[in-house]
Amino acid sequence: MSDIKKFMFVNRKAPYGTIYALESLEVVLITAAFDQDVSLVFLDDGVYQLKKGQQTKGIETKNFSPAYRALEGYDIEKLYVEKESMEARGLSEEDLLVDVTVMGRAEMGELMDQQDVVLSF
Amino acid sequence: MKFGIVVNEGPYQHQASDSAYLFCKAAIEKGHEVWRVFFYHDGVNNASKLTEPPQDDRHIVNRWGKLNEEHGVDLVVCVAAALRRGIKDENLAKGFRISGLGQMVEAGVKTDRLIVFGD
Amino acid sequence: MLHIINKSPLTNCALDSCLRVAQSGDILLIEDAVYAATSGNAFEGKIREAMGRFKIHVLRPDLEARGLADRIIAGILPVDYGGFVELTTTNKNCQSWL
Repeated sequence: MSDIKKFMFVNRKAPYGTIYALESLEVVLITAAFDQDVSLVFLDDGVYQLKKGQQTKGIETKNFSPAYRALEGYDIEKLYVEKESMEARGLSEEDLLVDVTVMGRAEMGELMDQQDVVLSF
Repeated sequence: MKFGIVVNEGPYQHQASDSAYLFCKAAIEKGHEVWRVFFYHDGVNNASKLTEPPQDDRHIVNRWGKLNEEHGVDLVVCVAAALRRGIKDENLAKGFRISGLGQMVEAGVKTDRLIVFGD
Repeated sequence: MLHIINKSPLTNCALDSCLRVAQSGDILLIEDAVYAATSGNAFEGKIREAMGRFKIHVLRPDLEARGLADRIIAGILPVDYGGFVELTTTNKNCQSWL
């Protein structure tokens, strides 16, 4: 079908400090309903969005991190984390709350090139 | 070519809204179509009719409205982001309409290029 | 792909990340990213290095607004908003590194 496009959501911002991560996730969930080819990438501070064990009671803000686990139910299974960004933050795959594909910067650059629509917030 | 535009920041605070507007103007001058501008995050504040800039400053809100009036650009404000920030039909400026996030996705699907302006 | 950057490389890693991840294509510096296009800034070496892989453009009105139109690093191409539009049409996709 010609109406199916490759949508990529680029997440480069940490959660809570600003609302971008949360509102980005809201768009992702809506995009799934449009039967598009959706992928999410996490680089730079965006990797922090996926950190396990987020406890937001003390800042009186909704913890939206469980929603990343729900993505699978919306058939969104292409989650990519840039290796260099993850390592630069002292994190490893075990620290992340969902299964992701870890890829190097060059491979991620190629993946970006292949997209029709790249959204970043 | 058919363009979709996403504006993620409010007016005056950040240059994103100005850049997006000047891009739209240039695209239209070149004979392209700006099919839709979608306002998200603090970008929804671009649609407040209560905006009153000093007289010697540009009127960002009315400038968008004019794009709608003169070139039929569809100005869509995200309902969820708008309600969070106190933008409702009663203070919505002329030329804008409030609708769902699906309208942004639709802009991605139906236009040739979707350009994002933000912080 | 067209990569749009809008932050100064001296306060934000957006340009650095773009140069790290993207392999080639066009880069357009707008808003506060135009400082990256000026000679003598601390990021100049990295920009010059990147000019082999990327074609780098700068939005002239943003540079003029900041009083730096006469300091463009040789080889970086100034464009107006019309040129910005053209870059989005000649590239098959684009990404804003926000």
